[in-house]
Amino acid sequence: MIEFRSVTKRFPDGTVAVRDFSLVIPSRRITVLVGSSGSGKTTILRMINRMVDPTSGTIEIDGDDIAGIEPVGLRRGIGYVMQNAGLLPHRRVADNIATVPVLRGVRRKDARARALELMDTVGLDRSLADRYPSQLSGGQQQRVGVARGLAVDPNILLMDEPFGAVDPLVRAELQRELLRLQRDLDKTVVFVTHDIDEALLLGDQIVIFTTGGIVAQAGTPQEILAAPADEFVARFVGADRGKRALHVREQNGRPVVVDSEGRAAGVLVPDDAGLGARAGDGSPADGSAPGGRPEPARDGGAR
Amino acid sequence: MSWLLGNADQIVQITLVHAWYSALPIVIGFVIAIPIGWLANRYRVGRGTILAVVGLLYAVPSLPLFVALPSLLGTRILDPANVIVALTIYAIAIMVRTASDAFASVEIDVLLSATAVGFSTWRRFWSVELPLAGPVLLSGIRVVSVSTISLLSVGSVIGVTSLGYFFLDGFQRAFALEIIVGIVGTIVIAVIFDLLLSLAGRLLMPWNARPPSRRAVRRAEARTLVEAA
Repeated sequence: MIEFRSVTKRFPDGTVAVRDFSLVIPSRRITVLVGSSGSGKTTILRMINRMVDPTSGTIEIDGDDIAGIEPVGLRRGIGYVMQNAGLLPHRRVADNIATVPVLRGVRRKDARARALELMDTVGLDRSLADRYPSQLSGGQQQRVGVARGLAVDPNILLMDEPFGAVDPLVRAELQRELLRLQRDLDKTVVFVTHDIDEALLLGDQIVIFTTGGIVAQAGTPQEILAAPADEFVARFVGADRGKRALHVREQNGRPVVVDSEGRAAGVLVPDDAGLGARAGDGSPADGSAPGGRPEPARDGGAR
Repeated sequence: MSWLLGNADQIVQITLVHAWYSALPIVIGFVIAIPIGWLANRYRVGRGTILAVVGLLYAVPSLPLFVALPSLLGTRILDPANVIVALTIYAIAIMVRTASDAFASVEIDVLLSATAVGFSTWRRFWSVELPLAGPVLLSGIRVVSVSTISLLSVGSVIGVTSLGYFFLDGFQRAFALEIIVGIVGTIVIAVIFDLLLSLAGRLLMPWNARPPSRRAVRRAEARTLVEAA
């Protein structure tokens, strides 16, 4: 569990990136921080591995204040995946994946063997192991980035717009893969994006920011869609239009779901499978958090 | 021709000395310029000042510097160290700016992600910044190499052994062949150094010599198709 307690970040030039932010990020769930640029979401992510230190307030990981943890060591224990993968262009794929284990003192040979296993995990062909990153496609590079983030088997995985720079088809594939990996590996994922569709797809918990790290609303996708906290959230999630504003129309006696343009989106079926709104929610990996759903943010900070 | 044969020993001897006296300032200047260039790039505020001061060094004329150094260093007037120190100063003057540009050429995202996964500053310098600055550093040291090899000839005026001796002697004796030997010798050293440097670059930076990009391959395929049609 990661807990932010009234965290504020003021940069030397006077900009307040984050103002009095409090949030509980539950373990073994995907928490998505979503907002437009300048909303402070990336700053918040970077405070978790001390790339950025807060001006005031505290951040705890499993009850330990991270201000007391040496940053380099802390970072080696937390997976990090960023846009454009952030790979080392002068290292081969397997060496890129093995980077952090080698930094932690694992023998190069053992780290490489583990890197090959991780390539299987993220769906990369082992024949790519000796390529340089520039010889891979954007989607493949991103998979290498994810493999590198998983290399030390961290409990926490930070993802900073990891799929922002790949084309929509590949992005959809990577998103599905991430959900699969999360089901198998059970990490605490903190995911930053500006894409609300991505947030609704991936998030167990979603935090929507306005600007300056001010939370507009935090909750499950269902909660946010069912009851947007204000006009801003409603507009941001597009609850009032397009493919999210669905309503039911009778067609030959059967209920058909159509969007705001009147285009058919699907049909209504009985909820007999007991599934939540998100596929995969009913997986047995759920046992860890009380109630099955992540607890919503304690204090939205929206004031 | 007989002059060439009669003086072959001396020609080879002086060429080797010239190569050695050039290699020292190239290597020492490179090693000193890297930390200065790194600092100039890291601390943006000081960058302008550092680059301006270092750049001014290059404006000091070589001959007065050769003559002034013995009193500054406490060396004897004919000591080759004078010329080597002077050429090192020029090497630094050229190389610092290139080194600063080289470190600036490293993508900020790569540095950010290296920090994010747990590289310490020291380790990041050696295993990320320095290798990635390599291609630009290489182009800089190639310029320094040529410039140093040709500047060294001036040292002959104050009596330090170099291929410049053949220009001076040939000029005084109005003997063209000797002048040509000096010129060709200088060019040969410069070409050999350049080949060694680019070979070292290829061995040390294998990622840099990447196979042709996919676009280039596709263009080549298209051309073949057009020609076949």
